[in-house]
Amino acid sequence: MHISEGILTWPVLASGAAFAIAGTGIGLKKLKTEDIPKTAILSAAFFVASLIHVPIGPSSVHLILNGIVGILLGWAAFPAIMVALSLQALFFQYGGITTLGVNTMLMALPAVLCHFFFHPLILRNNQFLSLAAGFSGGAFSVFLSGILMAAFLVFAQREFLEVSLLVIGVHIPVMIIEGIITMFCIGFLKKVQPSLMGG
Amino acid sequence: MLQEPFSVGNSFLHRTDPRFRLVSALLYSIVVAVLYGFFSLIASAVFSLALVRAAGLDGKTVLKRLALVNGFVLLFLLILPLTAGGDIFFSIGFLHIYQPGVVLALQIALKSNAIIMAFIALVSTMNFSTLGHALNSLGLPHKFVFLFILTYRYIFVIEQEYKKIWRSIKIRGFSPKTTLHCYKTYAYMIGMIFVKASARAERVYRAMRCRGFNGSFYTLAEFPSSGKNWLFLFFMLFSTFLIILMELYFYG
Repeated sequence: MHISEGILTWPVLASGAAFAIAGTGIGLKKLKTEDIPKTAILSAAFFVASLIHVPIGPSSVHLILNGIVGILLGWAAFPAIMVALSLQALFFQYGGITTLGVNTMLMALPAVLCHFFFHPLILRNNQFLSLAAGFSGGAFSVFLSGILMAAFLVFAQREFLEVSLLVIGVHIPVMIIEGIITMFCIGFLKKVQPSLMGG
Repeated sequence: MLQEPFSVGNSFLHRTDPRFRLVSALLYSIVVAVLYGFFSLIASAVFSLALVRAAGLDGKTVLKRLALVNGFVLLFLLILPLTAGGDIFFSIGFLHIYQPGVVLALQIALKSNAIIMAFIALVSTMNFSTLGHALNSLGLPHKFVFLFILTYRYIFVIEQEYKKIWRSIKIRGFSPKTTLHCYKTYAYMIGMIFVKASARAERVYRAMRCRGFNGSFYTLAEFPSSGKNWLFLFFMLFSTFLIILMELYFYG
């Protein structure tokens, strides 16, 4: 999920870039050198997730996974997502130089929030609670990304309102799927390798 | 699945110092992103196209990329003319095509393609390790560059793990459907990719520690300074400046 080049206006692009740089700065500061390999793994997984298509009815959607990345990384999600998005721009020309900041913001901000809201709940021993937090984390991060994307578009140009509403609408089924996948994935990781969950 | 088709080549753009290319691509893209006038937009689209030609890239591959990326732009091209309001350009039955919508949609299409073509010609023509080193010598934080290069390395590891698990799921008769079981399978597959890949990352990191890795990142790549690079930068800045002048003259 990303906004292409040439659509937004300069105030939106500039503020997106400023916030993304600030977030990445905080993330890098908190990121210890020995944690960089683990962060790179999640960053690469975030990149590859966009190539994995999950069926929904007759169609399919690709995974986003910013929820899981956020839950596992916290602030480090900012540099991780920025790196993954730069690589996507290089490999596929999705997104690009001028929109890198905006796109990082709309994926990484929900990811970090997701970490603060749901990570403590996921670590609890109550299985129901941690699965529910997993589902909410996955769904919330995609939903918030959709809302942010719509907001950026409308801030840029009021005429984009209809497109923005369409964007939010499209994200609703994706949100549910991400929720389910995040829930099962978190449950799986808690059973198989709890050390990955941190905390 | 993952290829860098544009990074191979021997044009003068491929030979120009990656740092000069990055900086000029950044400045040029920022300028094009804020253009409104059609004259300057068309000029920049033509200039970007010329850059793609100068890079000697395969036209078909470039077109394919542009077609994929234009999906999002198409959304605007279809919706804006119908919903923007303002003066009616013309009507087909009950459908009104609004003039401001058409103008805005065309601006977006031109801008978007001009920036992407310049990006393909200037940035996609270098491979990742070169780009990583260029970012390093442009003064980006070491941690960021290290993360960048490791991520690039791990993309292929993760892709391999994904393909391996996917094959074994297929062999066991899995077919993707809209069911809870299917989503659960995908989730476990992703979880397993994390587990395997992080084990591998741990091994790689230990091996690096054994070989004396102390957290700082050295690069062997040296970029010999040559007058041609400065000439290239001057040419790019001059062209960007001309586009700004056009914008100010015809639109400002």
